[in-house]
Amino acid sequence: MDLAINPFSSGTRLRDMIRAIRACKTAAEERAVVRRECAAIRAAISEGDQDYRHRNMAKLMFIHMLGYPTHFGQMECLKLIAAAGFPEKRIGYLGLMLLLDERQEVLMLVTNSLKQDLNHSNQFIVGLALCALGNICSAEMARDLALEVERLLQNRDPNTKKKAALCSIRIVRKVPDLAENFMSAAASLLKEKHHGVLISAVQLCMELCKASHEALEYLRKNCLEGLVRILRDVSNSSYAPEYDIGGITDPFLHIRVLKLMRILGQGDADCSEYINDILAQVSTKTESNKNAGNAILYECVETIMGIEATSGLRVLAINILGRFLSNRDNNIRYVALNMLMKAIAVDTQAVQRHRATILECVKDADVSIRKRALELVYLLVNDTNVKPLTKELVDYLEVSDQEFKEDLTANICSIVEKFSLDKLWYLDQMFRVLSLAGNYVKDDVWHALIVLMSNASELQGYSVRSLYKALQASGEQESLVRVAVWCIGEYGEMLVNNLSMLDMEEPITVTESDAVDAVEAVLQRYSADVTTRAMCLVSLLKLSSRFPPTSERIKDIVAQNKGNTVLELQQRSIEFSSIIQRHQSIKSSLLERMPVLDEANYLVKRAASIQAAVSSVNSAPAATSGGPLKLPNGVAKPPAAPLADLLDLSSDDAPVTTSAPTTAPNDFLQDLLGIGLTDSSPIGGAPSTSTDILMDLLSIGSSPVQNGTPTSNFSLPAIETKPVPVTPQVVDLLDGLSSSTSLLDENAAYPTITAFQSATLRITFSFKKQPGKPQETTINASFTNLATTTFTDFVFQAAVPKFIQLRLDPASSSTLPASGNGSVTQSLSVTNNQHGQKPLAMRIRMSYKVNGEDRLEQGQISNFPAGL
Amino acid sequence: MAKERRSVESLSDLWRAGAEQAHREVEDDGVEQQRSKQAGRDDEMTIRFVLFVNKQGQTRLAQYYEHLSLDERRALEGEIVRKCLARTDQQCSFVEHRNYKVVYRRYASLFFLVGVDNDENELAILEFIHLFVETMDRHFGNVCELDIMFHLEKVHFMLEEMVMNGCIVETSKQNILAPIQLMEKTS
Repeated sequence: MDLAINPFSSGTRLRDMIRAIRACKTAAEERAVVRRECAAIRAAISEGDQDYRHRNMAKLMFIHMLGYPTHFGQMECLKLIAAAGFPEKRIGYLGLMLLLDERQEVLMLVTNSLKQDLNHSNQFIVGLALCALGNICSAEMARDLALEVERLLQNRDPNTKKKAALCSIRIVRKVPDLAENFMSAAASLLKEKHHGVLISAVQLCMELCKASHEALEYLRKNCLEGLVRILRDVSNSSYAPEYDIGGITDPFLHIRVLKLMRILGQGDADCSEYINDILAQVSTKTESNKNAGNAILYECVETIMGIEATSGLRVLAINILGRFLSNRDNNIRYVALNMLMKAIAVDTQAVQRHRATILECVKDADVSIRKRALELVYLLVNDTNVKPLTKELVDYLEVSDQEFKEDLTANICSIVEKFSLDKLWYLDQMFRVLSLAGNYVKDDVWHALIVLMSNASELQGYSVRSLYKALQASGEQESLVRVAVWCIGEYGEMLVNNLSMLDMEEPITVTESDAVDAVEAVLQRYSADVTTRAMCLVSLLKLSSRFPPTSERIKDIVAQNKGNTVLELQQRSIEFSSIIQRHQSIKSSLLERMPVLDEANYLVKRAASIQAAVSSVNSAPAATSGGPLKLPNGVAKPPAAPLADLLDLSSDDAPVTTSAPTTAPNDFLQDLLGIGLTDSSPIGGAPSTSTDILMDLLSIGSSPVQNGTPTSNFSLPAIETKPVPVTPQVVDLLDGLSSSTSLLDENAAYPTITAFQSATLRITFSFKKQPGKPQETTINASFTNLATTTFTDFVFQAAVPKFIQLRLDPASSSTLPASGNGSVTQSLSVTNNQHGQKPLAMRIRMSYKVNGEDRLEQGQISNFPAGL
Repeated sequence: MAKERRSVESLSDLWRAGAEQAHREVEDDGVEQQRSKQAGRDDEMTIRFVLFVNKQGQTRLAQYYEHLSLDERRALEGEIVRKCLARTDQQCSFVEHRNYKVVYRRYASLFFLVGVDNDENELAILEFIHLFVETMDRHFGNVCELDIMFHLEKVHFMLEEMVMNGCIVETSKQNILAPIQLMEKTS
């Protein structure tokens, strides 16, 4: 013990250091001991201490294992390797392998020592060098030393041979080009007797097959016979004490050979036929009462599944799996499930037979087994068994433990969606999943559910009543709450009046105020998040129109949120209060039911994995909240879209809050639209950039402009007064969304942008493309003089990045009349050679004379519409 | 002393040269990696690591066959140990972790964990662990945690004889122990 506490002597023995570390009670103490030891070792290294090198290295290894940095020992390893004696070299190489790796520069220094040692006369030193090279060699070293290793493959000593073979694996892995050099040597190694050589050679062959097709063909021709012989010998051999494991001779060699056979037999009927007999022999004769035997059987089954085996052999393999699956040992069951996953591709029917057992495994106490089984069940589901299987899984969802619910829910949801042939069944399953594990349901899943309900008009009544009941029973499941709240808002009257009853349904009595109660309860629940609350507000607003008697009460509930600190809720609350109070005339049309949501459209978008927030703009109003989008006029709906829609969508627009309380309904609508066009300042920048965002997100090129479709429903003063270039933008935006099925931007119309604006000069760009030439764009530039004096000698210049070609046509005039009285136009042709990858960009310079005085303005245009 | 210093200097020169060369090599390796990715053989290694951990979760031996930084290693050991130590004897010996599997076996107070690729034969790895333990038993005679701690380098030598670059190279206890016994005889 005394020795252990003497930390200042660099001569502490390894044993004492370990004792001192073990004696440490806290991590801090341990760190202190390690720090002292490291300091001592550093000192010893810098003094060039010869006596304790070995010991210091051993200490460093221990310290490294504990997870402390030991890089300062790296150079010491190199010195030890360069030493003459075997003990030094051995510890040096070990240190090299532990403390270094191929990424470190120090490796370059060791190549020379390795080369010398590979040529050493002592076989043990050669062995050390081979081992180190096999563990850490880099591509560079592989090229330098491949010849030495090739030569050592022919060595007489089996220990050297086996190490050289494994070293070759590393070399081939680093430099696959070298694979051909090792082919014949590898094949001839398979004729050896020494098990170590054989197992290494088999692994080398596997690596060669992966590295080069040529090698694979060569080995198919030349080593199959040898492999069969090895397998036969080893499985028929009598008791061999050195290699015996559980009564079986060298299961490791068995397994490697079987694995190589799998690689060779894959997709090759001749090879597969050749190994058929031996596989049958191994799979029937191997004892299955010990783990080692099972390991071989397992590998054998995998090989049978992997090659072009005869049907008889496959039956044999499936039967082995059946035995495994009914085994009481969890390890065996686990591998059986693992194997069945692969077998399913070969013989689905055979796996289906074990369905009941697999379902039991989903409910196993062991999470590893459950996971495997669940994945397997997912693969097993088909049209005929989907209903019972889903029922089983959903039933289990009720009792499964929390951490497994997420996986299980995701699996059930994707099964239900994949096989939703019958809408009623789909709805029933989804409602159950939502009530049992609504907190684990992903957003896109419930969004899809809403889209489906919106399309299934005959089931809406049933849905809202089921959801209402579910909400009463399990109101803490977030996704369930959202879907239910949305449905109550939309289809409230169906809930109260028991409309469109299905035959099997029992009528329920829900009063109007019960429905409001339910939504209010959700709104007040402390754990509801912003999205849910926002949805509640929309739902309440809609209910106020569906159930006029509750209007007063709803007004009060909504008004409570007027002071909410969350802007989204506050804004909604203020807007909605204003609708309820002051706009009775338009309220009913404003709050009509949502139009049928475009299912195909939604699915396309979802498939394109477009951000859920955007895809649900239409289906779930609240989902827009908090999203990165500021859609000033994201009102996008087909012409028939009722106002209710607009309302939902525009609600995240900030300016509304301040300008809402006006009396004229028109103004109000305009606010709702939130276009803010009366304000001329942001016209250039803001709307066009938002166009970009929209187009980017939806990746939609809008179809040719259909003038005035959506806007014609209301005469907005703002639109009439707004400046010219903006009109196409608005229309574009609307069209862009409404025609989102046409995804190509061939004929896309691009919004006009304000490319440049200063106190004196404004430049707008409008764009045109020739059909079939997406790269080329014709830009029509229009220059307007905002100053009160006329510009003369006006010259416009533009510069573009290298990937763009630009041609400037002559301008219509070089004189710009003052005060915007007329403008000069000039057209530019640009060809974007990286169309689709990089957006357009342009620098511009305008020189002109004002009263004979030279003026210069310049700027950069980066707000080009996307897709140019 | 002076001579030693000079050699250190020359080494540091060499280091710099080596660093440059290594830099080139890194680029070289980048190409290599790309190529191997194209061939779909990104990370192939039968055995990724061998770990001994005691019941308290302290590492007693760690050998990695792929490169991990110190922090990554510490994080990985922590995660795996937490997962494995929480399991009961009745549960199976395989734990799926990230993109690979951990096969483990418990001997008294020591856990032997081996990280393997997903398509490796788990049952065989269990036998491999047992073989390793038997080999240590033969050498140390009823091996215990302390034997491994105090003879860490010997255990590493044994492992080195058994596994190279993640592949099993020798399965005969006699062959594994021969070089170690030879060393002990001579020293």
